[in-house]
Amino acid sequence: MARKSLRTLKVDELATDFGTVKGLEVTIGRVIEEAWTAPVGPNAFPSVTDLRNWDLRLLKRYKPLYAPFSDVCDFCTYGKCDLTKGKRGACGIDLRTQTSRRALLTAVIGASTHAGHARHLVSHLIEKYGRDHPIDLGNLIDVEAPIIRTVCGIRPRVLEDLEIALDYVEEQITHLLAATATGQEGDHLDFESKILHAGMIDSVAMEAADLAQISAYGFPRGDPEAPLAEIGFGTVDIKKPVIMCVGHNVAPGHEIMGYLKRNDLEKRVEVCGLCCTAHDLTRHSDHAKIVGPISQQLRFIRSGVADVMVLDEQCIRTDSLIEARRVKAPVIATSDKMCLGLPDRTADPTDEIVEDLMSGRMPGVLILDPDKIGEVAPQVAIQVAPKRKKFKVIPSKAELISMAKRCNLCGRCREACGIDLAIDEATHAAGRGDLAPLANLYEYCVGCARCEYACPLNLPLLSMMEKAAEKRLKEERYRIRVGRGPILDTEIREVGAPIVLGEIPGVIAFAGCANYPHGGREVAEMCEEFIKRKYIVVSSGCSAMSIALCRNGEGKTLYEAYPGAFDASCLANTGSCVSNAHIIGSAIKIAAIFARRNLRSNYEEIADYITNRVGAAGIIWGTMSQKAFAIAAGACRLGIPIILGPQGWKYGRLLLGRKENKKDWYAYDARTGKEMYIGPAPEHLYYAAESKEEAMVMATKLCMRPNDTTKGRAIKITNYVDLHKRFYGTLPDDLHTLVRTKADVPITMKDEILKALKESKWKEGRIIDPTLLHRLVRKG
Amino acid sequence: MSSTQSSAFVISKPDMISAMLSTKVRRARRPLLVIGHEAEETELEKGKKVIDYAVKIVNKGNLTVVATSQALRGLVKRGVHPASMNLVDLIQRLSDPGWKGVDGKGGYDIVLFLGFPRELLSQALSTLRHFAPRVKTISLDRYYQSNADWSFLNLSITKWRDNLASIVSGLRG
Repeated sequence: MARKSLRTLKVDELATDFGTVKGLEVTIGRVIEEAWTAPVGPNAFPSVTDLRNWDLRLLKRYKPLYAPFSDVCDFCTYGKCDLTKGKRGACGIDLRTQTSRRALLTAVIGASTHAGHARHLVSHLIEKYGRDHPIDLGNLIDVEAPIIRTVCGIRPRVLEDLEIALDYVEEQITHLLAATATGQEGDHLDFESKILHAGMIDSVAMEAADLAQISAYGFPRGDPEAPLAEIGFGTVDIKKPVIMCVGHNVAPGHEIMGYLKRNDLEKRVEVCGLCCTAHDLTRHSDHAKIVGPISQQLRFIRSGVADVMVLDEQCIRTDSLIEARRVKAPVIATSDKMCLGLPDRTADPTDEIVEDLMSGRMPGVLILDPDKIGEVAPQVAIQVAPKRKKFKVIPSKAELISMAKRCNLCGRCREACGIDLAIDEATHAAGRGDLAPLANLYEYCVGCARCEYACPLNLPLLSMMEKAAEKRLKEERYRIRVGRGPILDTEIREVGAPIVLGEIPGVIAFAGCANYPHGGREVAEMCEEFIKRKYIVVSSGCSAMSIALCRNGEGKTLYEAYPGAFDASCLANTGSCVSNAHIIGSAIKIAAIFARRNLRSNYEEIADYITNRVGAAGIIWGTMSQKAFAIAAGACRLGIPIILGPQGWKYGRLLLGRKENKKDWYAYDARTGKEMYIGPAPEHLYYAAESKEEAMVMATKLCMRPNDTTKGRAIKITNYVDLHKRFYGTLPDDLHTLVRTKADVPITMKDEILKALKESKWKEGRIIDPTLLHRLVRKG
Repeated sequence: MSSTQSSAFVISKPDMISAMLSTKVRRARRPLLVIGHEAEETELEKGKKVIDYAVKIVNKGNLTVVATSQALRGLVKRGVHPASMNLVDLIQRLSDPGWKGVDGKGGYDIVLFLGFPRELLSQALSTLRHFAPRVKTISLDRYYQSNADWSFLNLSITKWRDNLASIVSGLRG
């Protein structure tokens, strides 16, 4: 670590010429103390421009394709400015640059959200456990913070060290945000470079947050056999008082669990969660349950099951208080980022707060002290539950049919639906007494309720859907592997060589939010396909939950069916949104542990290593939040391609390669220094797929790397050809760009592939030791 | 979408599309029909899917066709052998004024889309509208696409089928 402990000088009484000072306390900065002997690389705490050359190399190959969501700029009072047909705004900006500027804002929102979360968590944990609380991931993990080591050049040993990383993150966020001001950056590629920087910063923040909570709360430390937890609407025991925690910051939930344990109330009170707080509750306690991803939020509130709602931060519906009032459930807001207009009761006595919530005098309160929330929430739940009697706003079957009869098939609901569900037709059928079509929509619905606001008859369409699917909801009981956190160094040692040599065909990560084009089942289906094909499959966040909310042909969830290791044919759930850091970190750890590359302040070299050698790709099938965009940008800067679902392009840009442009696909041979053709691998960096089939075919291709051995490339081509033939019905037409030598051709497909190569006038090439950095060419 | 530009022209008479595409009086110099995977998922009448109407348009209009995603399989099964390219790859190339097309014979002046997820197509059309204005775009999908140059209004399945059938019958071969 780089800097050590704040030093505090205390003076009880000081007499001076100006007077007497009592109880003076002076804190003096951090003292640098370093025990890490690894050489310091060239990129310690990189500024916005320090890695610009690397970014421009990537962007030369993967050019932005913009699809503006807005063709005006209304950021300042000169505007709004029309940017269509080549026009520039009052500040001189054009549409391409403005679109990338908006994308940078999106990335900065995402990164700052994780950074704010991390800062809150680290500050709280330092206050509670002390500055010197160790970051201890156990004996099987030596590289505890691959991202922070690589970006910041420090090795965090105690909680306080994470503050150094976060200081850096916050400084960079300030500079990035400043670049979006009127009259600042004016080049779209420079905005793109800054987006990648924001992504990298986001990765640092996520890693800091998860390391802090793993270390302080005793979450699993990379355990491949982390236990299975219950997930699903039907797992919540509605006979008990129910506390529902929503969001991403587990601190309040942790204190609630602690209070229940200390007071022997664990079996009397049910604690359940939605979104990433739920992940982190189950990492902490085997009494917690997960309702599901963000898409379940409104449905669960309206079901009336929750007796008190504890809202922390991120991914919380902003109308939670309004909806909670409808079901008479008190709300406790717990974050300065989401106060909901509620009175701050942090300093008030617990009994008074409980009384005000229980009596209904106040619909909700803001409490900014997790310890106090831990006391208030259980007491309120216990006292409110008998009064509320699980009051809900879901219509009866008769009411549903009666309301549905009013539907005149105007289609506004369907038009408002982001995934084009046939809500109008299903509602009309319900009016005739057939509830099945409405019930069937449940699996696909993302729970946004835009249909309700669009309905000119004010039909509560989401609640009607919930009623129609009631039986199914009650039976929704599944199991998910608790978030394991980081990948063990020993696992990396085992799989490093097969991944880099290409014999394990790749690492596929499923991340992102529950905003799917055709329901969460698609994520589970893709996931199982890659597990069966011997890929290493990892998951996180809402995607990890969606994977658990389906059973395979054997009646098991994938977490029950497959081991949780970071290995071929396994499914490793890393945990919540911030646990995405471990997925990105695992690629860095391959460079460190398998290839013995120095991580310290050495981002560019590590990114070059991953781009050319580590066959990994991410699938963010349900991208929704700005955080998902930032996470993806963090992966992309390291050369890890991301495939989005059809909605993902709405953030306005993709980064695509052109495989036929041979000049784009050259790298240095590290042995000779000559620039050589390496082929389009990976072909794209940030891609949107039309269907899950396309995503799967593309993922097999994006796991190819120039450094693949012939055996490894043959395995990857086998998967690519096999899926292409299954879904598209033909041999791919770009094999001549992917086969480098005859030895790359899979033996089982030899005849047909060689025939295709001959037809496309393929010429045998060479496999080099690839690098995009001339300084890495070995001298002599 | 926040926009200053006028929205797409509504295709009030499907015959106008037929007129653009008919080989004898073709107003389009190099038209391209792009068929997405939803063409095979959507049934317009018993036993007939969108892709079946697409095949009729292809055959009668003698058009160059690109199949995206798994639409390729459905077209090959029906005897059409289109070029295959994923949508975002195609949009990237259409945005490049130097692109010579799937057959190497030059770019396209009119591109028709059929069978796509609504929001993905909206983004694809936004790219072409803003960065490839030389390419005129027509959405034959069921929903109004404001980023296209011409689009149907939101249609019922029946009306959509009728419109596609009108285009087919209006093609002069």
